[in-house]
Amino acid sequence: MSSGVKSQGGIAGNTYVGQSVKRVEDDRLLRGRGTFVADVPASNALSAVVLRSPVAHARIRAIGLDAARQLPGVVAILTHVNIGADIPHIPLRQQVLEEGRPYLQPVIARDLVRYVGEPLAVVIAQDQAIAEDALELIELDYEELPAVVTTQTSLSGETLLFENTGTNLAYTMKARKGDAGAAFARAHYVRKERFTVQRHMASPMETRGLLADWDREKGRLAVYGAAKVAFFNRSLLARFMGLPREAVDYFEVDVGGGFGARGEFYPEDFLIPFASRFVSRPVRWIEDRREHFLATNHAREMDAEIEIACDEGGRVLALRGTVNTNIGAYLRTNGLTAPRNVTQFCSGPYDVANIEIDARALMTNKVPAGTYRGPGRYEGAFFMERLLDMAARDLRIDLAEIRRLNLIPEDKMPYKMAVMSHVEPGTETWCDSGAYTEVFDRCLAEFDWHGKQHLQGKLIDGRYHGLGLACFVEGGAAGPREGARMVLETDGSVSVYVGSSALGQGLATILTQIAADSLGMPMERIRVHHGSTTHVKEGYGSFHSRSTVMGGSAVLECSAVLLQAICAFAASKADCPLDAVRLRDGELWVGEERRSLAGLSDEPIEVEHSFANSKHTYSYGTHAVHVAVDPKTGEVEILDYCTVEDVGRVINPATLHGQVLGSAYQGFGSTFLEELVYDEAGQLLTGTFADYLLPTATDFRAPRSTSLGLRPSPNNPLGAKGAGEGGLIAVGGAVGNAIASALRHFSAEPCSLPFSPARIWRLINTSGKEHDGSVRH
Amino acid sequence: TLADFLRARLSLTGTHLGCEHGVCGACTISVDGEAVRSCLMLAVQADGSVIVTVEGLEAEDGRLSALQESFHKNYALQCGFCTPGMLMTIHSLLSAEPEANESRIREVISGNLCRCTGYEPIVRAALDARSAYE
Repeated sequence: MSSGVKSQGGIAGNTYVGQSVKRVEDDRLLRGRGTFVADVPASNALSAVVLRSPVAHARIRAIGLDAARQLPGVVAILTHVNIGADIPHIPLRQQVLEEGRPYLQPVIARDLVRYVGEPLAVVIAQDQAIAEDALELIELDYEELPAVVTTQTSLSGETLLFENTGTNLAYTMKARKGDAGAAFARAHYVRKERFTVQRHMASPMETRGLLADWDREKGRLAVYGAAKVAFFNRSLLARFMGLPREAVDYFEVDVGGGFGARGEFYPEDFLIPFASRFVSRPVRWIEDRREHFLATNHAREMDAEIEIACDEGGRVLALRGTVNTNIGAYLRTNGLTAPRNVTQFCSGPYDVANIEIDARALMTNKVPAGTYRGPGRYEGAFFMERLLDMAARDLRIDLAEIRRLNLIPEDKMPYKMAVMSHVEPGTETWCDSGAYTEVFDRCLAEFDWHGKQHLQGKLIDGRYHGLGLACFVEGGAAGPREGARMVLETDGSVSVYVGSSALGQGLATILTQIAADSLGMPMERIRVHHGSTTHVKEGYGSFHSRSTVMGGSAVLECSAVLLQAICAFAASKADCPLDAVRLRDGELWVGEERRSLAGLSDEPIEVEHSFANSKHTYSYGTHAVHVAVDPKTGEVEILDYCTVEDVGRVINPATLHGQVLGSAYQGFGSTFLEELVYDEAGQLLTGTFADYLLPTATDFRAPRSTSLGLRPSPNNPLGAKGAGEGGLIAVGGAVGNAIASALRHFSAEPCSLPFSPARIWRLINTSGKEHDGSVRH
Repeated sequence: TLADFLRARLSLTGTHLGCEHGVCGACTISVDGEAVRSCLMLAVQADGSVIVTVEGLEAEDGRLSALQESFHKNYALQCGFCTPGMLMTIHSLLSAEPEANESRIREVISGNLCRCTGYEPIVRAALDARSAYE
């Protein structure tokens, strides 16, 4: 069905949208009756565990399985031999570039392993304990190769991960706008800085897991544990297994957090269903936490050299530079997304006329990197916001003023961002709408930025105080479509089926609110089903902060189609003209006579609709932070953190607030705590929660946040904008700026994340360093 | 472990496993009134003990307990994976110390990781539920 249906009454005069409606998901979860993938009943399921490479880079000589196979209770052990000569390679899902092909990950290693954690074999046994014991008995014979760990060794090319390509540089993303070279040549002020962002990861509380059930008689496969992009994964799995797409069903159960990492197609997403077919039994695999650190996408590791050019008044004329992204051993489904975003969104919400930024995707012997909430945007905002503060200080311009001066003015909306040199659908990127300076000023007011200026750099009780600002844009609503199917059941209730996925963000609540308002029915009569491939013909899932906008718009438009269908049915049943029938407050009126929706039809009335949209939404906002830095220990405390953002249209203020609080807190982890540390041999040193530090309840004060529905997006009928990531994107920049302000007497410029006490202490104790910024006269 | 026993033998899958080395707190249950990591305890060690899991929190008439209701009102859960452990940790705390203040609550739940909420709504929910434990 095509899009473009005008929503009948839309959601004007709504009762639910815009209200802090309580979540419909909570009851089960609070009672411990949620069903996460490890909870799906399957008493006859076998357990699978994965043998993973213990070394970063090696040639495999042999995998000795004899002893392991003889262990009682072992049902089968699979290696590449069982998969066949033609081992499937997992394709790119985003930025689908031919150049990436040589770097794709095979679902199982054959001759070479390229990171600690790469799958080599799958043991299937009667229970988990036997499978784990068998794993210990497998004898691996390999010849170690030098490990490539840093972007510098990767760039040197002395050791190649893929010898056939002759390089470790998989691809270079390029963002271009205007003429950066000319702008730099004539600029009054230029400054170049080096930045680094540490490798860290999404770390949802639930690890990944799958339950695959092959039905040999029917030739059908059921997969439980779908998340994020079930429809894409189903198509891929069907192709890899030589099955028609319709023979594979993906079932979404409760998902314990996604944040970009969960639900992409990983090797196990092939290996476990394959194993189920191999043994003709249900097979379950639940990743353990140590395995999660070695198998699930890492993110963020970059080093960059970025240069800013300004006029004497502080207008930014140009940005240029190169970012090295440490992408790990393979290009996974979304491996090129962060390199892409960091180039295009380095300029963030600022009007910059000339841009020339490259990001190299460099292969190393580490876990492959993918997206994590705000991919490339967190990194880009860190570079840009730090440079803006440096430029403001050098040019003696107020820190707030330099931002107000450069934020994209509303009369330039929609605003075209730098163009990416690679071809992708809808090659142009436009910020859709926004009152950027209004929201910026609102944040300054909420935070009392001007009132607190006397604190800048001040030593109070042995700690230096500093204030920092940072602004962001957050992309959302990735196309191309989202599907919805709605059914008026014979009891008068409505079932809503969508292709969007829930990852814990309260999607069912939001879609119920939208459906209730657009149908004019109470929420209690609406039930939302999502995520599984059995619900709708096509679906695109939840990524890029898209599920509210895309899934919500699909539900909004589908509601109008359902209303039309109900009225048409009622009119023909009553043998009266269509305009004599209307739906009001959940009741059907035929002329002046009220009819119940229950029992209207003996058969359910069903419609399906697809919402199409290729234009993205951009929510935006500002963060302000007050920190105190202890010069003796290097410890930084956040005393106040304030965010203000505009999300276009607020569907549920309370769940939105939850997204902002949660993502800002994750940002604190990214900025201060979380780091995946490798040694020179490519061994991960931080493989447990004891040494990889996630933020706890006592680590940080809760941020204050204000979310506005100021400028609706013109790109969807809801006016909504994606809003799952903004709380995180600006944190590194804002905190870095606050620390720089606190330590301004030391001329300390924090340019390397995370801001651990040791790093800040070193910064303080190597003060007085020269920077290479220069003002020309 | 006790967690495996609860989940596999008793089919009480409300108790979740997030790390299996005692750091994340998702598997927290109440053993003789104390909040305990069920992933770090063997089932046989619990012989003779009174165990309450998240499934045992609701009232006898099936309504949510005051603490569960407070979580709902305060949006103290998103994905719900850490929630059972959080509930049991706070239930054990407030049962023993119904007057616990914000910093005490934060201190105690600092042994439970939540990746979604940023903890603030959970702290609010715990504070609001205190009166029910007096």
